Amino acid sequence: MPSLSYLLARLVQIIPTFLLVMVFIFLIVRLLPGDPAIAMAEAKATDAQIEQIRRNLGLDQPLPVQFVVFVKNTLTGDLGRSIMLKAPVTEVILARLPTTIFLALYSVVLAICLAGPLAFLAAARANGAADIAIRSVFQVGLSMPVFYIGLLLLTVLAAKLRLFPVGGYGTSFLDNLYHLILPALSVALYTSAIILRNLRASLIEVLDADYVQFARAKGLSPRIVMTRHVLRNAMVSTVTLLGLSIGNLMSGTLVTETVFAVPGVGRLMLEAIFARDYPLIQGLTLTFAVLVSVVFLLTDVVQSWLDPRLRQS
Amino acid sequence: MSAVTLPAARPSRLKAFLARAFAKPAFVTGFAILVLSLALALFPGVLAPYDPLAFDLDAIQQGPSLAHLFGTDNFGRDMLSRVIWAYSVDMQMAFFATVFALLIGVTTGAIVGYYGGIADMIFGRCVDAIITFPFLVLVIAIVAVLGPGLVNMYVAITAVNWVYYARLTRAEIMAQKANDYAAAGRVLGYSDTRIIFRHLLPNAISPVIVYWMTDMALAILLGSSLGYLGLGAQPPAAEWGVLIAEGRNFLMTAWWMSLTPGIAIVVTGLGFSLLGDALADLLRPKGR
Repeated sequence: MPSLSYLLARLVQIIPTFLLVMVFIFLIVRLLPGDPAIAMAEAKATDAQIEQIRRNLGLDQPLPVQFVVFVKNTLTGDLGRSIMLKAPVTEVILARLPTTIFLALYSVVLAICLAGPLAFLAAARANGAADIAIRSVFQVGLSMPVFYIGLLLLTVLAAKLRLFPVGGYGTSFLDNLYHLILPALSVALYTSAIILRNLRASLIEVLDADYVQFARAKGLSPRIVMTRHVLRNAMVSTVTLLGLSIGNLMSGTLVTETVFAVPGVGRLMLEAIFARDYPLIQGLTLTFAVLVSVVFLLTDVVQSWLDPRLRQS
Repeated sequence: MSAVTLPAARPSRLKAFLARAFAKPAFVTGFAILVLSLALALFPGVLAPYDPLAFDLDAIQQGPSLAHLFGTDNFGRDMLSRVIWAYSVDMQMAFFATVFALLIGVTTGAIVGYYGGIADMIFGRCVDAIITFPFLVLVIAIVAVLGPGLVNMYVAITAVNWVYYARLTRAEIMAQKANDYAAAGRVLGYSDTRIIFRHLLPNAISPVIVYWMTDMALAILLGSSLGYLGLGAQPPAAEWGVLIAEGRNFLMTAWWMSLTPGIAIVVTGLGFSLLGDALADLLRPKGR
């Protein structure tokens, strides 16, 4: 396992990054053209109501003071009140977050199940017929936006063949697996195209490496060579890639939640934008940034656990 | 490797490069797709079979047929013609959503890569902060501030996207800077600007150009996604994502309204990425 000091150093590195992230989120509302209080108020709001909004947001204070208050509030979990839902932003987000995390994990699992075996098949005989067929199909997959993959699945599997529900969200774990299969698959198809490309390349490289040749030569069984040498090394780059594509994955869930009407934070973000609910937009943007950072950190940890060489640098 | 001996040799080099390029099926396919896409974008009036706005109330929501390859919409408009007229907007998206990011990113990357130091450190932190947001989330947050629309979408995408070009250029410049010819330039007393932009950058630019091709494909995916979500091009502008969104309500009765514009997205995206992959292959330095 990676050492504690390595982890601590990584955590300290995040602090300046997050300060910048906070500055950006802070600026979202402050950079609104015109008066943010007016932009946020309803059309028929009175001057007194606008003044109230201004005071609630602390907009009557100088900018640096506003920023300090903003950071302080955020650290204590206070992200303000959603205008559209008339509830604390933190509460609203926490209620919707599990759906999105479930959807994202579901997509990753599907993507690995799809890309893994196919990558092995392709790498086993590089430039063979299977390899070329698999790569062509996934190349087309990479040129499809997630919302379009979603609509295709929706039309064919849900509307025409009636195999799956057209949208919504279940009540139990199994029900969720069933209800979210199409939205998860839309994201998974795109993600697996990225994984496949990388995994195939690294498998070809590893299969050809000296230490694998040596392991075979010294008479290890093909299964041990595969699990202990090939798989472990090919996994390092795949884990890194998966970790780094968390942003893509989140962008994908945002779109797929909209297409399939899944009540997660991605769809909430769009609703907030159309309602001009800026406190909620800020809170959601921060949530996404935190999610990505956590995954980046986990990726680092898993990576250095899989590949001890990385720990030295 | 010097620019001084090159001019005489250049035409034949270009010829040799093109000969190698056109021997690659991926390059030829990608190139053909893009030439066709550009033709459709520039001359939709000549190439579209029907007037994209003409209602034909006798031909409402007809499925794909020989007369209407992509079917007709709920006003009897020919879908193929509507998709063809959308080419100009989507091809513009590919260009304008990427070209400013390319210019800003390459300049910034070249400068921080050459000088290093504090500028480089600040740059590193900015990159870390920007990649902490999912791309789409950051773009739509900026669109939320600026308001929906094509130009605001370009601004939002550029504000995020330049980082990727800058990171790539920075790494390339740092590698080139260590070469003898850069030191020679300094010994000869050339200015930093001249060394960076006349000597280092031409040698560092090919991976950036390759990335640009792939990025134009991504820009079409992103732009049409934003159009679909209602944050990019606004109806009645013909844009593939907008067309798909308009057809969404008729998915059960007239699937072709939503699904045929996607064919254009996939084909154009494929054209850019095939060309990008082929260029990456061609420009990869050998024997290094």
